[in-house]
Amino acid sequence: MSNDRTITLEVMRYRPETDAAPSFQSYVVPYVEEWVVLDALNYVKDNLDTTVSYRWSCHMAVCGSCGMMIDGEPKLSCKAFLRDYGSKIRVEPLSHFPIERDLVVVIDDFIEKFTRIRPYIIAQSEKPVSEGEYLQTPAQLHKYKQFTLCINCLLCYAACPQYAHNPEFVGPAALSMAHRYNLDSRDSGRDLRQEVSASHEGVWECSFVGACSDVCPKHVDPAAAIQQTKIASTMDYYKALLPGGK
Amino acid sequence: METITTDIAIVGAGGAGLRAAIAVAEADPSLSIALISKVYPMRSHTVAAEGGAAGVIKSDDKIEYHFHDTVAGGDWLTDQDAVEVFVNTIPKELTRLEHWGCPWSREASGKVAVRPFGGMKVMRTWFAADKTGFHILHTLFQTSIKYPSIKRFDEYYSTDLMVENGRCTGVTAIEMRTGIMKLFNAKAVIICSGGGGKVFPFSTNGSIKTGDGMAMAYRAGVPLKDMEFVQYHPTGLPITGILLTEGCRGEGAYLVNKDGYRYLQDYDLGKPEPTPRLKSMELGPRDRLSQCFWQEQRKGRTIKTPHGDMVHLDLRHLGEKKLNERLPMVLDLCRSYIGVDPVTQLVPIRPVVHYMMGGIHTDINAATPIKGLYAAGECACVSINGANRLGSNSLGELLVFGAIAGRNAVEYIKGEGRDLNAAGTTKLAADAKARVDAIFTKTSGTESVSGLRKEMNTTLEDGAGIYRTEAELKVACDKIDGIRARYSQVSVKDKSSVFNTDLIYTLELGSMLDVAQTIAHGALQRKESRGSHQRLDYPKRDDVNFLKHTMTHYTGGATPRIDYLDVKITTSQPAERIYGRDE
Ligand SMILES: Cc1cc2nc3c(=O)[nH]c(=O)nc-3n(C[C@H](O)[C@H](O)[C@H](O)COP(=O)(O)OP(=O)(O)OC[C@H]3O[C@@H](n4cnc5c(N)ncnc54)[C@H](O)[C@@H]3O)c2cc1C
Ligand code: SF4
Ligand code: FES
Repeated sequence: MSNDRTITLEVMRYRPETDAAPSFQSYVVPYVEEWVVLDALNYVKDNLDTTVSYRWSCHMAVCGSCGMMIDGEPKLSCKAFLRDYGSKIRVEPLSHFPIERDLVVVIDDFIEKFTRIRPYIIAQSEKPVSEGEYLQTPAQLHKYKQFTLCINCLLCYAACPQYAHNPEFVGPAALSMAHRYNLDSRDSGRDLRQEVSASHEGVWECSFVGACSDVCPKHVDPAAAIQQTKIASTMDYYKALLPGGK
Repeated sequence: METITTDIAIVGAGGAGLRAAIAVAEADPSLSIALISKVYPMRSHTVAAEGGAAGVIKSDDKIEYHFHDTVAGGDWLTDQDAVEVFVNTIPKELTRLEHWGCPWSREASGKVAVRPFGGMKVMRTWFAADKTGFHILHTLFQTSIKYPSIKRFDEYYSTDLMVENGRCTGVTAIEMRTGIMKLFNAKAVIICSGGGGKVFPFSTNGSIKTGDGMAMAYRAGVPLKDMEFVQYHPTGLPITGILLTEGCRGEGAYLVNKDGYRYLQDYDLGKPEPTPRLKSMELGPRDRLSQCFWQEQRKGRTIKTPHGDMVHLDLRHLGEKKLNERLPMVLDLCRSYIGVDPVTQLVPIRPVVHYMMGGIHTDINAATPIKGLYAAGECACVSINGANRLGSNSLGELLVFGAIAGRNAVEYIKGEGRDLNAAGTTKLAADAKARVDAIFTKTSGTESVSGLRKEMNTTLEDGAGIYRTEAELKVACDKIDGIRARYSQVSVKDKSSVFNTDLIYTLELGSMLDVAQTIAHGALQRKESRGSHQRLDYPKRDDVNFLKHTMTHYTGGATPRIDYLDVKITTSQPAERIYGRDE
């Protein structure tokens, strides 16, 4: 460790069996230039208090498990460097989700919504594997590629004022994933997904604050996905009014 | 104990587990599947794979070439019947993933693109930019949602396999949200629990890679095979060990020492050329490249840094445009984690523990010697990787053998394994619970989990690293045996039931110690050098005595028992491994 500098980590603690309400516990940890907040938490877990619980695995911003509020903002703790914060850092579980324990939140609601939007290819007819791959040009790939990059970290839900206000809102990551499949040249499932996306709790619930895109660590830009879905749904509406429309 | 009755239980929801689950669901939608995972599927470490998955698809390529590259790459310790199945099946599996929506990178024509990879004679590695594992995992997870028969048990930590009269009848797991242990009574169980690289201190593996499934199978009586073969990847970032994919070198990056010299030319790996040549220089196999680093270090030609000795990966000549298009994650990882911009700067790197060639012993049907128990993916050793895995063969392996495990488990439960055997299972589950309870309720421990883990980590690094010797391995074995004995003195401080990671880390340490012990003892007994297992005291490959798989058996005692199994050879007789010059 480079020097004797330390920082204070204020960790929200909550153990449902014994705690009536969440509270903060402070730990003094070494300041290491290269460390991220997750390293500081691991220091606590290994050296100061084995009872702190949080999720993590990859330590390279790709598994999506280590999201938490850091000084009030949703962040991946494995990509939030100590050097970008002050001498006191506050870590809390992701906002807008029930707390399961300490920094661990219950994400059943997201999983249910994600499942509901049918996040898989719905093909008109199944082509046998023996006939080889579907052709898809780089331009066709480019159309939806960005929306495949979601790591399901849920920072966007923790940032979304609409989700805070109405928990029924399908939300940024799930809506972006629906959009991703709708845009894929191999897919014909858009009508089915629209039942969820274009419903009242779907894209129309979004008031386009854009907080989701600001916090997204993977530049998925869920706000753009939602906006594009809105435009496409409006087109559907007008198309349906035309003679011969469906 | 609460019992969940299911036709097939799968432990692990990474690439292999998800592929197995889908195979079962497709083979017979009426079968119930319990997909158990200690993390949500998309957190599984398949997510971290960057470079790609090899499969013959282009007209200049041949199945035989992929076969030969794989067998020679594995220094002839591969089972060639398994490799045949693998190379023949993988193109279909990769195409199936394409149909399921995997966003493979494409050629202008719309066909799937391939990139070069180390040790491969022809370009055959399919890729989705440098996030291939991420896309494979998410495609599989999302596709699995389509099948109603796949019931997920996310954040359930499996502890023990139920084995009665040589037949597997289920598995126990702790529901992490409640701390309650449950019994999954199943006609067949498939283990897809991934590797155990966390036994080493410096590794590309996520925190969840603790070898649990290997240890579970081992304790249940299945031998672990070839555990001494641990792959170091030549290009890990300092401090974190984050991987820079071999795709970097596939795209043309150079490895240079402190003098800016492409040092691989000094180690019989070919001549330096400006653009990548297949199976030559930077596109040599991982074992050889990691060994070259060690040699350079001994010659004093590496770069001293506060984080240890390094060499440089030079990507600058590839240009920003190509780097953005082909290696966007690499750019981001370097810029954020070490503050180096590969577009304009040299990237410090060093070898890092990456992959375990060894694992749960299976045959080419993904079956273990215990009836009704299957294994696939990194936790298993069907032996297509032998003594050294070629990059981009592992993602393929988990697809091919995950699917085979699923289909064969279905066959089995329709025939011999038709009746659910539950007679003694309740008692076995109670024993498993008693074992965990004893660890959980113990109050006066003298050892800490993090302390023992650190000792285990340094012991393996010091004694069972890139180059090994008798004396150092003996020390490593003794130390690991000792740490394993001291494990009984660990106590769990956290006594709460909900999401108790103190307890989980303790159980994981138990798994890791079993795995660490098999690595050290296997390495001590193997008195030859082959692939990733290099002995300074036995520098030559010894086909007379060691063209054999190491089989490590759990004895219940202080040390494992080791015997050997012949390697299966079909068409390729052991020969010299040749890189950088004509074969
Ligand atoms: C950084 C990195 C890059 C890589 N790049 C490539 C590449 O480019 N090409 C390539 O071919 N290979 C690559 N590999 C190797 C390859 O990614 C892995 O070998 C492979 O993904 C392993 O998949 P798996 O399904 O076997 O295991 P994992 O994906 O690790 O999944 C294991 C599963 O088991 C579960 N599990 C484990 N223990 C328990 C327990 N006790 N109870 C319940 N569940 C449990 C976990 O929750 C998880 O779901 C790379 C590896 C790494 C680390
Ligand atoms: S859209 Fe972005 S912020 Fe939201 S879950 Fe996906 S990766 Fe995370
Ligand atoms: S630990 Fe995987 S995203 Fe942070």
